[in-house]
Amino acid sequence: MPLDLIQEARRQAEVCNACRYCEGYCSVFPALHRERFFSDGDITQLANLCHNCRGCYYACQYTAPHEFDLNLPRALAEVRRESWEDHAWPAPVARLFHTNGTLIAAACVLGFALLFLAIRAIGSAGGEGFYAALSHNAMVAIFAPAFLFPLASLAVSLRRYWKTVGGESIHLSHLTAAFQMVAKMKDLAAGHGDGCNFEEEDRFSHARRYAHQLVMFGFLLCFAATSAGTVLHYIFDLHAPYGIFSLPKLLGIPGGLMLVCGTAWMAKLKLAADRHVGDQSAWGGEMGFILLLFLVATSGLVLPVLGGTDLMPILLALHLGAVLSFFLLTPFTKMAHGFYRLAALIRDAQAKGQAEST
Amino acid sequence: MTSQYDIAVIGGGNAALCAAMTAAESGARVLILETAPKPYRGGNSRHTRNFRCMHSGSLGPLVDDYSEEEYFNDLLKVTAGKTNEPLARLAIRTSEECLPWMEAHGVRFQPSLSGTLSLARTNAFFMGGGKSLVNAYYRTAEGLGIDVIYEAHVTHLELDGDRIARVQYTHEGQDHRIEPKAVIVASGGFQADTDWLTRAWGEPAKNFLIRGTPYNRGVVLADLLDQGVSQVGDPTQCHAVAIDGRAPKFDGGIVTRLDCVPFSIVVNKHAERFYDEGEDVWPKRYAIWGRLVANQPDQVGYVIIDAKSLELFMPSVFPPLKADTLEDLAGQMGLPADRLRTTVEEFNAACGDTSAFHPTELDNVATHGIEPPKTNWARPITEPPFYGYSLRTGVTFTYLGLKVDENARCSTANGPIRNLWAAGETMAGSILGQGYLAGFGMTIGTVFGRIAGREASNYAA
Ligand SMILES: Cc1cc2nc3c(=O)[nH]c(=O)nc-3n(C[C@H](O)[C@H](O)[C@H](O)COP(=O)(O)OP(=O)(O)OC[C@H]3O[C@@H](n4cnc5c(N)ncnc54)[C@H](O)[C@@H]3O)c2cc1C
Ligand code: SF4
Ligand code: SF4
Repeated sequence: MPLDLIQEARRQAEVCNACRYCEGYCSVFPALHRERFFSDGDITQLANLCHNCRGCYYACQYTAPHEFDLNLPRALAEVRRESWEDHAWPAPVARLFHTNGTLIAAACVLGFALLFLAIRAIGSAGGEGFYAALSHNAMVAIFAPAFLFPLASLAVSLRRYWKTVGGESIHLSHLTAAFQMVAKMKDLAAGHGDGCNFEEEDRFSHARRYAHQLVMFGFLLCFAATSAGTVLHYIFDLHAPYGIFSLPKLLGIPGGLMLVCGTAWMAKLKLAADRHVGDQSAWGGEMGFILLLFLVATSGLVLPVLGGTDLMPILLALHLGAVLSFFLLTPFTKMAHGFYRLAALIRDAQAKGQAEST
Repeated sequence: MTSQYDIAVIGGGNAALCAAMTAAESGARVLILETAPKPYRGGNSRHTRNFRCMHSGSLGPLVDDYSEEEYFNDLLKVTAGKTNEPLARLAIRTSEECLPWMEAHGVRFQPSLSGTLSLARTNAFFMGGGKSLVNAYYRTAEGLGIDVIYEAHVTHLELDGDRIARVQYTHEGQDHRIEPKAVIVASGGFQADTDWLTRAWGEPAKNFLIRGTPYNRGVVLADLLDQGVSQVGDPTQCHAVAIDGRAPKFDGGIVTRLDCVPFSIVVNKHAERFYDEGEDVWPKRYAIWGRLVANQPDQVGYVIIDAKSLELFMPSVFPPLKADTLEDLAGQMGLPADRLRTTVEEFNAACGDTSAFHPTELDNVATHGIEPPKTNWARPITEPPFYGYSLRTGVTFTYLGLKVDENARCSTANGPIRNLWAAGETMAGSILGQGYLAGFGMTIGTVFGRIAGREASNYAA
């Protein structure tokens, strides 16, 4: 990792450690105040605890034009992105996609083309519904590796991360503490519960927190819908298309709607926010990722509606292509942040426990 | 020319904002004239972290009780009795209702910061510090329809008999005059005007650093005093503390504070000690070190500690100088190396039994047979690496100000001025003759800002 990004974040962390005014905002400051000297691993861990709510930027009496030039949210965002790129496996791929929305779009088009060709070339073995366009076995042949590869890649990345931040063996209490933070997105509410400063300078609002919750729970519901479909298919021998009151639909439709709204809202917020308080170089990559997720969700929702029309094969290719690129890019796009953040929260729960017991 | 505004508020810090919001809430049309550009709005208030608040029972982030008597006695101790009792009690008593008022106007509190546990009962900390308080107030003010002009330098309030007839300010190179019905002055002290400070204190003041805003230059204060408005407070005095010598000339704020003196020896540029470093716990002594350093040659001091003390105090904003030998450290600090070695050796020889050393309490681990003595935390400086900081005098505020009554109204020798009120640092001398109690500046500004806003809007109605 370029030392200057870490070094700059360290310089700022040292100012904060002498100041401490922001201690109440989030998990970063209590963790920061536990240290006196910051190793590279400490800075990486702090960076992954920060979620760019910007509270500490607008509250800071030392932001430019002051010579101390504090902009902790940006300094941490840059270290964070670097850390994702460095810990990713294979790292060069991550370096391409984190900063580049156009490449994400290209990957998506490629996915679309691939699926389209697959539909034309392999076609169906006479299945029903979508399987009339692409057989179930062909879908599995394409998606099983596309699903397993990111898992393997993330596992490698997280192990590397764990080593960097000096993580130790994990107890159940660390996990429960971390998952509680995630479920409530506690940090996004800020210590006072008024939310973050994302849309209009120092105005506090919950918009980003709610948009993020929509995306996260929407995604989880869609994921659950797919899992339910898989179980129905293999264990109960019930095949798609499923009725409206089936488990995949009951989970998938609300999940899809949440994803559509959440990603659209998130994109709008990103357009309104001051770019210089985040990692400017990653803006395109993050926006590309949000739009990809939006495309996955919209195409998924439209598909059953237009499933009976001639548009179906094209739409199916679009949807599956988007899903494919989404899965494959998971370790190399903003999607990875969820995994790193969880790891950071677990590590934080550990460090807190150690501080209390010494 | 009559003004479209009922009230002009001079200044854009805590006192000004409290006054402006209060006046606007009772229907007045209010204009804030703030000399700073927007990123630097809020004067010294943007550097604060807490305000001191009386309370019975828990209130917001505050625990237990803090009674009027206890608060007043704390004040008497630091001001050595130089306190205007009725006004001080008014500030103290009113502080309790201020906390919910502040919350209602957007301020958020947080538990006492790590390292400041001793204040958990008496001082309510602003989440994000003073700038977030200032931001919240500007937002609330905007919602109340208050107009704010940044970079509006008020130059003159024209006193005509017993009223202010006109306010003059410059903005974007143009002179402006307005004639509001009432005026509230909340433009702080004069510490950022080095020439004035030098006239008051003498030549050494040129080497002082100013902890807060460069915009409090006392322009309006001087203008009013020149016209015979009543003054209060010792014009030669300022509140000053010892801060990191590498701090910027202005606006270094809280982070330039150094808490290591009790665990150190402090020498002047001739490498000689000049005062008992262990006289009392640091919060009670840091203000006198501003003066002590001011009285040394070149207004600079050098703190020296060894490895065993490095982690006993709050981290500093800049890392300390570090060396394996005292000679090397002396070289880095520009001190005579031989003399420093002798001073340290004499000090070390005077240290006795250190087994009772206790960093957070007066431990009576003292030196014997040297002048000046070190009466607590006296451990020999022996263990490399050695660390050093330079110390300079950092001015917080000046005491000279406008004399006000319990309605925050200003006067001349002929009696009250009908439409002029003052709040905050610019009138704090009316309450505090000397000394300072942590968190009392924001209390004065909030209490008297609200009073001034109320009185001015009654007058203008
Ligand atoms: C580093 C530091 C930390 C502090 N911490 C605390 C603390 O924790 N708690 C506490 O109670 N006190 C603290 N104080 C003291 C506190 O800052 C002051 O008591 C308080 O902020 C005074 O508020 P004020 O509104 O009177 O003045 P200020 O906040 O200084 O506001 C004065 C305003 O007037 C404006 N102004 C000046 N001249 C003109 C002009 N000619 N025309 C127009 N506008 C003008 C300035 O730009 C500024 O906006 C601290 C001070 C410093 C320096
Ligand atoms: S961001 Fe600024 S105000 Fe907040 S702790 Fe750091 S230095 Fe202090
Ligand atoms: S941006 Fe938000 S989460 Fe990040 S350090 Fe600042 S306050 Fe904490």
